[in-house]
Amino acid sequence: MIERGRAPVASSGELLPRSAARRRLLRQALATAAAVAAPGLRAQTPAATVAAASDLKFALEEIAADFERAGGARLRLVFGSSGNLSSQILQGAPFHLFLSADEAFVFRLADAGRTVDRGRLYAVGRIGLLVPQGSPLRPDGTLQDLRAAIADGRLRRFAIANPAHAPYGMRAREALQHAGLWDALQPHLVLGENVSQAAQFATAGAVQGGLVAHSIALAPAVARQVRFDLVPAHWHRPLRQRMALLRGAPAAARDFHDHLATPSAQAALARHGFEIPHPPARE
Amino acid sequence: MDWTALVLSLKLAAATLVVLLPIGLALARWLAWGRFAGKAWIEAAVVLPLVLPPTVLGYYLLVGVGGGSPIGRWLHETLGVQLTFSFSGLLLASIVFNLPFMVQPVQRAFEAIPRELTEAAAVSGLGFWQTLARVELPLAWPGILSAMVLTFVHTMGEFGVVLMVGGSIPGQTQTIAIAIYDRVQAFDFASADRMALLLLVLSLTAVAASFLASARLVRRR
Repeated sequence: MIERGRAPVASSGELLPRSAARRRLLRQALATAAAVAAPGLRAQTPAATVAAASDLKFALEEIAADFERAGGARLRLVFGSSGNLSSQILQGAPFHLFLSADEAFVFRLADAGRTVDRGRLYAVGRIGLLVPQGSPLRPDGTLQDLRAAIADGRLRRFAIANPAHAPYGMRAREALQHAGLWDALQPHLVLGENVSQAAQFATAGAVQGGLVAHSIALAPAVARQVRFDLVPAHWHRPLRQRMALLRGAPAAARDFHDHLATPSAQAALARHGFEIPHPPARE
Repeated sequence: MDWTALVLSLKLAAATLVVLLPIGLALARWLAWGRFAGKAWIEAAVVLPLVLPPTVLGYYLLVGVGGGSPIGRWLHETLGVQLTFSFSGLLLASIVFNLPFMVQPVQRAFEAIPRELTEAAAVSGLGFWQTLARVELPLAWPGILSAMVLTFVHTMGEFGVVLMVGGSIPGQTQTIAIAIYDRVQAFDFASADRMALLLLVLSLTAVAASFLASARLVRRR
């Protein structure tokens, strides 16, 4: 009953003549797999980790690629909501440079002694109304049509980033409060974990519209599928985007921090829908 | 396709298996044949990760071994180990949330072994380790195999705990499941498609293969 090992593990005899061919096939398969995997595996380990607000997803990938092409170190980019990233930093996440969508999070880390200094203002973000194709909502940044759509039942769902920890969600709430729509919109709100997810809900057509970052609406993958109009800047507090080096940051992180103040990086940020503070000042 | 994330996931799954297999075998055999007070509580604790929301598990790991906790501080100061947002932290989390996937099938397999067989082995003069190696493990093998496959595939797919304890750092804690989420948020549906399909095929194949293998093993008896 309890036989060990030798039992009829299929009739291996009949397979023997073909085993050489099989081995060759296996070798080929492994070689192919290795060739496909190699580019990913051969890449050198990044020299620094940059934690950035998700509104920077497209701009920063371009800037980091330029930085690398110009001889800079390879960087590892991590995107998330500024609130989540800053609490991960407080919990000890191994990040070296933090680019927040809102300066309050940088100041909080500075007060906790996690940053080198109180950081530098690198951009000012803008929000606007994003409307997917086929939505009954008109892309109107003054939100007149949104008001009408709530009243006449055209609007079912509306996306913003979570105002509890995402700066773009906080500013979206302020703009909606300024327009007097916040309470009426409550039953329709869908909250994204960060502004990128809120934009993704809207782009996928899961909602009729959303208030999201201009920088995301301009990304090619998004712009193709949506219409967008900026909300007046004075309807909400400015999205003062501040960055700070974290304690113990390696030279590569400092280099990239300085690179972000160069004209080419600033031009890239402007192209991606950010306003550039003049002059890019230290506090 | 994000190869770095795939390799990281495979590494995590393999490391989890290596660490969890001996722990799981010992725990499962103890629970299968042991009779002691409080057994129900220990069994419940083993199954708990199956029913607990991943966020609860992630939260307790974060505050339990994170940089702010006494354990986290002690580990950091004496051993220089940081468990949150690192591979070793993911491994610890992975071991905890895979406990039921490893222990349950093995425990059932041990329970199904007729006691007469082990008694016969004892009468025949086989010691504890010999009985284990020559009677119990061969009979429990189908259960052990499916436990290993489930653990491996489940590690590849776990999301919530990994996100909370590891964040999403490429090359360090961004597993393939997290990379899919990340790609969707980056509007890169082409990559998300490929990675999701790979996970689907991998999981289906692994589980089907383990069913096939254990059916064959059972027939063989």
